[in-house]
Amino acid sequence: MTLVENLTLFVLAAFVGYEIITKIPTNLHTPLMSGANAISGITLLGSVVVIAGSGETTLLATVLGFIAVVMATINVVGGYLVSHFMLAEFGGQ
Amino acid sequence: MVSVLEGLPQSGLELMYLVAAVMFIQGLRDMTHPRTAVRGNGLSAGGMALAVVVTVLYTGLFSLPLLGAALLIGTAVGVWLAVSVETTEMPQLVGLFNGFGGGASALVAGAELVDIAGPSSAALTVELTTTAAIAGIIGSVTLVGSFVAAGKLHGLVGDWPFDARLGHAIKAALFAVAVLAGLALVVRTALGTAPLAPWVPTYWLLVGAAALLGVVLVYPIGGADMPVVIALLNSYSGLAAATTGFVLNNTALIVAGTLVGASGLILTVIMCESMNRSLTNVLFGGLGGSESSEDQPDIYEGNITETSPEEVTMMLEVADRVVIVPGYGMAVAQAQHAVADLAATLADNGVDVEFGIHPVAGRMPGHMNALLAEADVHYEKMRELEEVNPTFSETDVVLITGANDVVNPSANEDSDSPIAGMPVLEVWDAGSVIVNKRSLSHGFAGIPNPLFAKSNTSMLFGDAKDSMQELLAQYQEATE
Repeated sequence: MTLVENLTLFVLAAFVGYEIITKIPTNLHTPLMSGANAISGITLLGSVVVIAGSGETTLLATVLGFIAVVMATINVVGGYLVSHFMLAEFGGQ
Repeated sequence: MVSVLEGLPQSGLELMYLVAAVMFIQGLRDMTHPRTAVRGNGLSAGGMALAVVVTVLYTGLFSLPLLGAALLIGTAVGVWLAVSVETTEMPQLVGLFNGFGGGASALVAGAELVDIAGPSSAALTVELTTTAAIAGIIGSVTLVGSFVAAGKLHGLVGDWPFDARLGHAIKAALFAVAVLAGLALVVRTALGTAPLAPWVPTYWLLVGAAALLGVVLVYPIGGADMPVVIALLNSYSGLAAATTGFVLNNTALIVAGTLVGASGLILTVIMCESMNRSLTNVLFGGLGGSESSEDQPDIYEGNITETSPEEVTMMLEVADRVVIVPGYGMAVAQAQHAVADLAATLADNGVDVEFGIHPVAGRMPGHMNALLAEADVHYEKMRELEEVNPTFSETDVVLITGANDVVNPSANEDSDSPIAGMPVLEVWDAGSVIVNKRSLSHGFAGIPNPLFAKSNTSMLFGDAKDSMQELLAQYQEATE
């Protein structure tokens, strides 16, 4: 995909995000923040792609990628779990 | 490394990314109501799992024990942090997770540069270096800035010891270094100078400068503004992920990163509005008040009425409607269970009990709701500011515990006050106001609260948990 196509996707996603997120009530903002935070761990995918590389990946790139996967996984797993714990308190009522 | 799905067309991967994106969006939509929010969070997590699994399958990493090890370590640390944290410490944990996300973005961009500049010597494009530089700057600022913010909220990081102007100068210098390093990378790509390897140190210079920038940006900001900073950094980390998506030409990263960027930005704006602060003010100015603290004795002297749990019990016995206003002090004292028990006992005796919750009560919007929900306070009993304000005139007793600035009438009455115009809970309209606080000390805003000196206000001095437990015991005894 070209830069322009990616840019189009970016702008459209920004509009969708704005429309949905402004409708979320204040009392769910803390779980929203940790949930959105977990989504930002999607960087994990980038890490996976880089680790995979083309088969000629250098040692340095592999090490960097490894650390990146660990960090991104902490973000994803921790974020979703914390959100779940908070939301379960609301949903259980 | 041979991909398990090598025979399948690339569009299959793109299609799965589309499904994952839909799951993220629907997951966020489910967050618009508490009843569906758990499902939404699960859906979003499912989208993440799908995106990761298909990427691993397609990129042929399936056999790589390295990836498994990294995922395992990350999962273990994430679970451990999520399980061991107290609800009161949620904001700093969110900050910490956020930092990890940002750091990962910067490292991925770096790894990609190293990789391309390495033996494979694939063509570097201007697009790639531009986006790598942006991801590097935003990611590093997010990583270090979030850690400093979490440290501040946790009380590990103190106040900025230097002059504010010096801070601004350092910020400008570091920002300039980071941007120039990024420009150097881009220009060298455009010129197509070989060999490629010597370029990489420029990227690490950029990362280093941006990391220091993260420290200098967040360090001087006051603890009360930290949640705003965390929301803003959350937004940045989303944008960093989106930028990485541009680098790697990955649609899942672009869509998900953009959603996070939007949500962080919206939350930042909402928090600033709830505190009547502009973003520039949060980032560059302090919420002054040291000079106004001199007025404190004049306001309070001779006007403070002290009360006791016995007296409050008598008021509660004859009350028809009670509103409880909890604040961060209640959370710190871990008094939410005692408060919830008191509310339940009052309700059992036919009293109409509700909670009045300021948008930024606690540390983040909705933080107080999460704390109270944990103590089994029903969602329907928690009223937002606009809903509860008109009802105070029909309320017999308002019980404020651990809250201060959010019930300060100066916001409405004193146009010179630092919090002038901030939406507050207008508790003074009620018959009697009980303020439970350890002392007459300031809240975050650092200004005195004329509410404490009003004729219908009584001060119940003491720790929130002890006071609420005492109150509960007295009330139960009196109504048996």
